[in-house]
Amino acid sequence: MSKIISWIDERLPIVEAYNKHLGKYYAPKNFNLWYFFGSLALLVLVNQLVTGIWLTMSYNPTGEGAFASVEYIMRDVEWGWLLRYLHSTGASAFFVVVYLHMFRGLMYGSYKKPRELIWLFGMLIYLVLMAEAFMGYLLPWGQMSYWGAQVIVNLFGAIPIIGEDLSLWIRGDYLISGITLNRFFALHVVALPIVLLGLVVLHILALHEVGSNNPDGIDIKKNKDENGIPKDGIPFHPYYTVHDLVGVGVFLFVFCIVVFFFPEMGGLFLEKPNFEPANPLKTPDHIAPVWYFTPFYAMLRAVTVNLFGLDAKFWGVVVMGGAIAILFVLPWLDRSPVRSMRYKGMISKVALGIFVVSFIILGYLGIVPATEGKTLLAQVLTTFYFLYFILMPFYTRMEKTKPVPERVTG
Amino acid sequence: MMRTLILGVYLTLLPMFALAAAPGGALDSMTADHTNKASLQRGAALFTNYCMGCHSMEYARYKRVADDTGIPVELYEENLIFTGAKIGELMKIGMNKDQAASWFGNPPPDLTLEARLRGEDWVYSYLRAFYKDDSRPLGVNNVVFQNVGMPHALIELQGLCAVEPKIGETSSIDPLSGNERNAGVCSQWAVEGSMEPAEFDRAMYDLTNFLSYMGDPVKVERERLGIFVLMFIAIFFVFAFLLNREFWKDVH
Repeated sequence: MSKIISWIDERLPIVEAYNKHLGKYYAPKNFNLWYFFGSLALLVLVNQLVTGIWLTMSYNPTGEGAFASVEYIMRDVEWGWLLRYLHSTGASAFFVVVYLHMFRGLMYGSYKKPRELIWLFGMLIYLVLMAEAFMGYLLPWGQMSYWGAQVIVNLFGAIPIIGEDLSLWIRGDYLISGITLNRFFALHVVALPIVLLGLVVLHILALHEVGSNNPDGIDIKKNKDENGIPKDGIPFHPYYTVHDLVGVGVFLFVFCIVVFFFPEMGGLFLEKPNFEPANPLKTPDHIAPVWYFTPFYAMLRAVTVNLFGLDAKFWGVVVMGGAIAILFVLPWLDRSPVRSMRYKGMISKVALGIFVVSFIILGYLGIVPATEGKTLLAQVLTTFYFLYFILMPFYTRMEKTKPVPERVTG
Repeated sequence: MMRTLILGVYLTLLPMFALAAAPGGALDSMTADHTNKASLQRGAALFTNYCMGCHSMEYARYKRVADDTGIPVELYEENLIFTGAKIGELMKIGMNKDQAASWFGNPPPDLTLEARLRGEDWVYSYLRAFYKDDSRPLGVNNVVFQNVGMPHALIELQGLCAVEPKIGETSSIDPLSGNERNAGVCSQWAVEGSMEPAEFDRAMYDLTNFLSYMGDPVKVERERLGIFVLMFIAIFFVFAFLLNREFWKDVH
């Protein structure tokens, strides 16, 4: 065995790679529960890829055959129902773990110097994931697939001058049709997964270059022993591999409860109107995107005023795009001398709290039909969302921070 | 730390609980039971005899229905397939969709997923909510689905209510007779049917139960397997937990 390894190692640096990323990758030993979600995201990604490949074997990407082929998978393909539910539940689970993973980053300042690139790659992953989820949602070709895509692609039409041509170019037709379905299928199963995998590799390479942050937000590389090993570090393998295995157990338990007992999750993971085939002549009473898009959808709908001769819809798109774009510059907005929320001041803590609550309530508002009161609430919360970022350079600089300890506190 | 995690998970899941309320008017509730094979068999018979002239189940196969509901294949072929289809075929019908559209306004929808789309309560209420309305082309209307294009296909069983039936009002048990009061949703009949109101309700329970099963035929098997999967993961968790504790016991 060792002969084989050394034979390969002379030709490909597998030992070096193993040491750099697992055996001698020293991670801070004070990771807490929030640090499970990165590896869980990887687990869900593998689940999506594997179940996706098998679903592709029986799926028919045409306007005429798509809906029936999904029911064929659900009824006639051996274990097809399981593949499909693992994939549909996995899509939602992906966003659950990614949102928690991002929240962890916000809380412990994992985006701050020298981890700006990790954050940027992570944001790109999030962006591609949204595109992947959006295009995947069209594939079952149900009513909500169809009308959801119709609404979102029409948003591009709000852009002045080029808008109408742009949305026509995206659809490949004057309305969402089999042509759109075909290209979304190609992007969903080939193009975007390749980009996604590449970004995940970059995310992890950048992480392993500078090392993981930790709940104290301190640099463990400052305190090394005589062998040059961080005193507060511990080899990722075996310590964090066995540690993550426990998290995998808990995650899979919850995940399988949904897959086997509540695959529709009360209409949140599989929306009820999607049990009816797409019908371009019949608009559903209420069109709502899947839950993970609803905070941004609520922001879109919150903009109701025309400005500078441009439609409110256009400004809604600007606000929605801005809400995602502003996350990219986060590393340069935080001027605090400390990373972790543990040592930041009260204003930062309150700001993060308001931000999270606003985001969640916006998520709820994006699901339910809009009323006057709800639109007003969405406007207030959208303002809070942006203020969290816009005011960050000021409140992080002026607030009093607590002293950061030399060594991790566990 | 644990507290913050629970809070985090809770806050993330919060919007999901908010979606429970269904739109529309009040409905009578019905709880489907896919393990009740006798009910599913009666439902299959009702569906084939009264609905399948116009409504297909084109994503499902006869054989699967026969197997899942416990109807022997020969018996099924003899009594429940009228189109000459083979037992392994999809449950399609002969009605031409374009012609159907010109007869009813819209072609009768495929019903394989109807109960999943609208919910069991809706189907159960709708089936019992027809009443006489001479202003409509077919002389009937429905309180659950206003101005429905469908005729009252079950008129020979239920009869036809002369007034708007009461749907979504809780029924009660008559203390003297022990019979269900308000089980019959109709207070005045224009046409008498062959079934008693309570008998018709039971038949509609069976039919709805069958439609519910058709929407999600793997439910019973899925939930049975789910228990084993969860037990396996629980055992896996115990070993993972112990392994983790073993590795970390010397780390301070």
